[in-house]
Order: sequence, then structure tokens, then C-alpha cells
Amino acid sequence: MFTRLPAVDDTSVSLSIDGKPIEARPGDSVAAALLAAGFHHCRTSAVSGALRAPYCMMGVCFDCLVIIDGVGNRQSCLVPVHEGMRVELQRGKRTPVA
Amino acid sequence: MTPQATRTEFDVAVIGGGLVGSALSFGLARAGQRVVLLDEGDAAVRASRANFALVWVQSKGLGLPEYAGWSIRSSNAWGEFAALLKSETGLDVGFERPGGFHLALSEAELERRARQLKRLHNQPGIVTYDTEIVDRKRLESSLPGLGRDVVGGSFCPLDGHCNSLRLHQALQTALFNRGVRYLASHKVEDIAYSAGEFALRTAQRELRAGKIVIAAGNASMQLAPLVGLVAPMKPNRGQIIVTERVQPFLRHPIVTLRQTDEGTIMIGDSQLDGIDPDEVTMPVMSVMAARAIRMFPILARLNVVRSWSGIRVMTHDGFPIYDQSETCPGAFLVCCHSGVTLAANHAFTLASMISSGRLDADSVGAFSARRFDVH
Repeated sequence: MFTRLPAVDDTSVSLSIDGKPIEARPGDSVAAALLAAGFHHCRTSAVSGALRAPYCMMGVCFDCLVIIDGVGNRQSCLVPVHEGMRVELQRGKRTPVA
Repeated sequence: MTPQATRTEFDVAVIGGGLVGSALSFGLARAGQRVVLLDEGDAAVRASRANFALVWVQSKGLGLPEYAGWSIRSSNAWGEFAALLKSETGLDVGFERPGGFHLALSEAELERRARQLKRLHNQPGIVTYDTEIVDRKRLESSLPGLGRDVVGGSFCPLDGHCNSLRLHQALQTALFNRGVRYLASHKVEDIAYSAGEFALRTAQRELRAGKIVIAAGNASMQLAPLVGLVAPMKPNRGQIIVTERVQPFLRHPIVTLRQTDEGTIMIGDSQLDGIDPDEVTMPVMSVMAARAIRMFPILARLNVVRSWSGIRVMTHDGFPIYDQSETCPGAFLVCCHSGVTLAANHAFTLASMISSGRLDADSVGAFSARRFDVH
């Protein structure tokens, strides 16, 4: 669905989403990396279980919540990727333990 | 039939669209009464929108033993009440009664709690029911993740909770289905009684009804004297902290802390003077949060998403006032703090009495405001 603009440099950052290795660009938000890697949703709703995807991409809508390095309910549009980051799609409510 | 707004006739007009007025209207409609429910607008204080949603028994009745029996009766009727709302509206109000706890964070707190319960249950005429002081070991088996600072507590199997916003929604839906006329932005300015009929003046129109029920929360204080009743009120303010939704980990409601059916944690542990609903103070929230974290350290990791102040409807002695006017027969007063806990009683028991035109002194006589006269 999303296509990258031509790269200004060719450095990349490796992370995993649900255990699947993906490459992102330095400065990508986790949400951008997710979408660019072809993930079309990032979580299921805590109440109804419906699929949710990043929407506003600017920290307002809270629809882009994912689990980052074991911590749930993180706004993926506000967190920059880093090398070796472990991202998991969140299913329903977060667990209270980090 | 030509409807004429100024001459609308109702069997009963309920003043106050909070949980008390809504539950009563529901019961009155079930009893076959033609009901109009008069509510204020969105800018009203709306005490019952800010409640903690406990269906609570333990500790109630110190100073008025009948209040313990009345609360137990409602707690026992709540399952049937929730099932009835479900069958009439399809809405599940999330009622559960797994039993609830008080937690003590020091030996001194635990001793104080034990003394309180002893005084409560030593009162002559109080109904016997299970509330027990429990040790830490017992708490650990029911409350995983319990903090090290908790030394003990008390447990009552009759305590539970519900989703109070859905309770509002279910009552509103049931009222609509049953043809109750709900009028928002109809603050009652004056009430006149003449020849067995009440005229209620609002900015919009005048309404007429054969009976009225004042269920206006703290504002009942101003309305009650218009029909020969008194409602001495002493409202206070409480603050509530709400966290993000998390997987269920807390099966039992704690009196100051509970996990809702949708996963959020609500923390409410304050009684403050001053009744400005816009005031939320950080020192109070810090104490509440710190105590909650000592009870369940896991909470320290959660994000807070909301906090607010709620105004408690509170009579002078904290007990309900149920009354009927001698000078204006057909005028009733229903005023209490525990609109959630007592909703089942209000819908079933009290509404039937009001519908028949007379409060039954044997079951609710103790709650007359006449108790304030003897002091």
C-alpha cells in the first residue's frame, strides 16, 4: 500500500515485528516502518477486538499502539526505530507487566 | 387527542435524571405509571456520572443499623436487576459480585478497621452478615500481585461492582422502550401543589403530575421545602484516577481500587471539602496513586489516561432520606449517596411503594428525615 520515496542514503536499521526481521530507515517512526514493511494493522482493539492501524501519525489518535521491547500501549508513531528493536503487534489489552 | 405542552398529565414526575431518578422511573414505569423524568442539561454537576460503580455492603450501617439491611437487600437483588435490564435492553451492565476487600497498609490501619467493624456489628438490631478481618495469607490467595506493605484487610462476600456508565445507558434505553418521557434541560424552578395535583415550573414549560419524586441529589435541599419536606445535605468531593486498559489481573473490587470490565483501573481514595467539580488537586492524586501502588506495585507501570473530581451526594448523616410529604400528599423525596448499590431497591421496592402512593414504614421508615428532628 505504501511506497518509499527514493533514499537519500542507503543506511538501514534492523528490527523485528512479531519475530519477522525487517529493515527500516534511520529516523523512521515505528509506525512508518510497520506500514512500509506491509503491515496493515498494528493491534486489535482492547474492547471489541476489531483491527486497528496507525491513523493520525502525529501522536493524537492512539490507534497505533504496539508492544515495543516488551512494553505495551506504546504509540508507534512517536517512537523512532533503533537497531535490534523488538516490536510486537498488540492483541487486545496490554499486559500490566513490562 | 391534542397534546398540549402546558397541560401534560402524568401519574408521576421524577425530578432528577441521575441513577436514583432513572432507577425509580424504571420501577414506576414497570408498575404501570405514566412517568415524566425531568433532568438538567449537560452543564449540570451530574454527581452520578462520576461514581465509582461499587455495589457495596461492608462498613455500611454504623449509626443506622437499618442501612446495613437495606444495602444487603439491594446487593442481593442486583443480579435480578441486571438480568432484567439485559432482557429489556440487550445491554450487559457488567454486574459481578465476587466479594470485595478493604486493604490495610499498616497494623494501625488494620486495628482501626477491626474496631470499626466490631462497632458496626455490635449495634442492637443489626442484621447478621459475613464481613471478616482477613490476614495477609488469605489476601495473597485472592489478590495476586499484592504489595508487601499490605498487612491484612477485611472481606465481605456481598460486595461487587458494575459498569456504571452502561448502567446509565441501560436505564435510559429501558425508559425509552417503556415510553417514559425524558426531558433534558428541564431544571425545576418551582413546585406548586393544589387539589391533589403538582405543577412543576421549568424554563421550558409547566408540567402537571399527580405525584412527584424529588431525586435531585444535592439540589434536593432546595426543592424539598417547596412541598413540606427537608433534605439536609452535606456534599463532598472525591477524586478519581483512571489508567489505560490492561489485561484483567484484579478479580475483586477493593473499596478504593477496582478494575473495570473493560480493563481500566480506577483509583478513588479521597473525601475532600469543597464542591467545585472542576477542581482536581495534584497532592491528593499523589497520595491516592502512592497508596494504590503500595497495594499493587504493578500499577506503577501503567499510564494514567484520565482523572477527575466527582461531587458526592451526601445527606447530613450519610444515610439515605426516603420521605413523603404530609402537607402535600403524593410528594416523595429520595436522596442518597449510593445510587449504584441501591439501584435495585429503588427500581423494585421503593418504586412500588411510590406507585401505590405510600412509603411502607416497616421497611423504610428508619430513613425518614424526621430522624434529624430529635437532635
